[in-house]
Amino acid sequence: MTASTETGHPNVLAKAVREGVFAGVVAFLMFLLFVGIETYQDINNALVWRTRWGLLAIFVLVAAVSRFLSVGFIKPHIDRRKLAKAKSGVLEISEQKSFFHRHFLKIALVFLLVYPFLSLLIVGKQGSLKYVDNFGIQILIYVMLAWGLNIVVGLAGLLDLGYVAFYAVGAYSYALLSSYFGFSFWLLLPMSGILAALWGIILGFPVLRLRGDYLAIVTLAFGEIIRLVLINWTDVTKGTFGISGIAKASFFGIWSFDAGASNNFVKAWGLSASSVYYKVFLFYVILALCMLTAYVTIRLRRMPIGRAWEALREDEIACRSLGINTVTTKLTAFATGAMFGGFAGSFFATRQGFVSPESFVFLESAVILAIVVLGGMGSLTGIAIAAVVMVGGTEVLREMSFLKVVFGPDFTPELYRMLLFGLAMIIVMLFKPRGFVGSREPTAFLKERRAVSGSFTKEGHG
Amino acid sequence: MEYFIQQLINGLTLGSIYGLVAIGYTMVYGIIGMINFAHGDIFMLGGFAALIVFLILTSFFAGIPVALLLLLMLVVGMLMTGLWNWTIERVAYRPLRGSFRLAPLITAIGMSIVLSNFIQVTQGPRNKPIPPLVTDVFHVGGITISLKQILIVIITAVLLFAFWYIVNKTPLGRAQRATEQDRKMAALLGVDVDRTISITFIMGAALAAVAGAMYLMYYGVASFNDGFIPGVKAFTAAVLGGIGSLPGAVLGGLLIGLIESLWSAYFSIAYKDVATFAILAFVLIFKPTGILGRPEVEKV
Repeated sequence: MTASTETGHPNVLAKAVREGVFAGVVAFLMFLLFVGIETYQDINNALVWRTRWGLLAIFVLVAAVSRFLSVGFIKPHIDRRKLAKAKSGVLEISEQKSFFHRHFLKIALVFLLVYPFLSLLIVGKQGSLKYVDNFGIQILIYVMLAWGLNIVVGLAGLLDLGYVAFYAVGAYSYALLSSYFGFSFWLLLPMSGILAALWGIILGFPVLRLRGDYLAIVTLAFGEIIRLVLINWTDVTKGTFGISGIAKASFFGIWSFDAGASNNFVKAWGLSASSVYYKVFLFYVILALCMLTAYVTIRLRRMPIGRAWEALREDEIACRSLGINTVTTKLTAFATGAMFGGFAGSFFATRQGFVSPESFVFLESAVILAIVVLGGMGSLTGIAIAAVVMVGGTEVLREMSFLKVVFGPDFTPELYRMLLFGLAMIIVMLFKPRGFVGSREPTAFLKERRAVSGSFTKEGHG
Repeated sequence: MEYFIQQLINGLTLGSIYGLVAIGYTMVYGIIGMINFAHGDIFMLGGFAALIVFLILTSFFAGIPVALLLLLMLVVGMLMTGLWNWTIERVAYRPLRGSFRLAPLITAIGMSIVLSNFIQVTQGPRNKPIPPLVTDVFHVGGITISLKQILIVIITAVLLFAFWYIVNKTPLGRAQRATEQDRKMAALLGVDVDRTISITFIMGAALAAVAGAMYLMYYGVASFNDGFIPGVKAFTAAVLGGIGSLPGAVLGGLLIGLIESLWSAYFSIAYKDVATFAILAFVLIFKPTGILGRPEVEKV
């Protein structure tokens, strides 16, 4: 090891100081207007401004110090570790895996199955509402959406920026059909899936000729069109007011969760009234839906159609010359992905009891796509982990009221939720551009099964 | 007829703004092949920079001439957003260059979320109205043209000319075009690729800042989520004109502006964005490379 790479060496330190000062100057200029000056409306409603030099100084200091530390200490440290690893000759991927690692899926599944009861036991009925609903159901909805989108983006390699459109179709199918015709959830769940798949085919058909980014922008446009139609077609969708009072799902028609019904679940079992039973029930419904998505994805990957998707992702021209019908292949991917979006949508509608176009903005598509990519495209486990980290992380932020003690009573952590979400997206991508799970199980293999590094799979060009 | 011409003028004004933003998208796409999703929010930052400069200047120098005020708003906005976009490229996009294609797209979407929420947190979520800057209105026949519309079109035209000159006639533009065609070869021939890409980001941001300032002047209000809808429309314009093509971006911007204003005038305001996106879809279905885009030849 040469002396110049060691920490504390004058060269490195001098460079770190230089870089730190530079970062400070850049940060000062960048934040001068936006942080250093606050615009607000005074009593006469006129826009006025005041300075916030203290806050600006904090921003500049943070930028300068973090740059100084990263250049002076963190980067040399990482370089040294890499060098040491390369010298010792130990490969980064070791064959020996811990017990937890080997049985991760089983442990996760068992945990999910007992999760509602665990939270009931630990925090009681009222407390577990939050854990089952905000964390459990919320995260599982995103897991399901991301797994659905994974079929389109991760398997078939078609970049879809308007996935939320199918989610919206599913949600509105359930909301409208149940409030206008009174159909039950269990009838409408498959129907919303079919309707969403139909929309997937309708929207997919014209865009099949497009590739890569053109496909991305057209899917984004379709997503926006559906949202705008939902907003403006007020006779049917009630516009921005949304549809409220959507019927709850029943326990397969045997017991109802409506308070007034004669076959009420709580009364039938002689339990004390609480909405937590319904939430626990919903938790298992979405868990089952997730499992269905995962099962279908895993099985489809082994079928000719799934292999055709992956082949399409890797090389479209080779596919076509080998006789794969790219039109039906792409359409089935679109329709299958859309169908799961539709299932998730109708579940969302019954869980919220209320749908409005607000819930189906582009940001949702972006969040779902981000989860798919952050998880490592094509890897179901990785995507689930990404959903837990990203969605669960932002939910945790809602709970951090203790921060009020640190930052004063005006501090509202919710405000920073999306800001931190965006930052997390950037940081994860910078450090793990291949996502959390960077290796793949090959679908077809010769003699022995080996994990393949994610960098060998292509992202597809649509 | 007069009504039609009136709408044409409104559409042209709006189209100029979209065109300026679209250039930023199309240049970045041309040179490094990524959709810079944060560009719409750079446009929003430009508007906010102009707003804050406006507030500061009017509170210190009450009688400042409007022309000087506008000029300072534009210049400070351009410098500010140029610096922001330069930093963003350095921090979020450059480390991922050469990584797989979706990685910079995700950081760009993340950056877009960060920028709009950053402004929401630091400047507040409410709409920020400013008093009208330019109020003169001309009547020609039955048509009303406001001075700000004329200003917007003239500023756009001047900038486009300057921009066209830089890209086509200067060594910098030559380096940009070389980098766009073949990054590796350009580097081998002595083009500083990193610097060229940085400058491209700065130039795109500067044009977006001008668009942002003019948007503020035109509508008299700025908001933290102003970046999304104009951003998507400008991106639509870039794709419509053929992404990677500079004249295409301007043409696409003007088309989108015209479609939007004519559709709101003759059909329904509520569905104007639906019309824009639907026409985009139709154009791409029949001409998948956009109006002026070159067909992409794929080699096996």
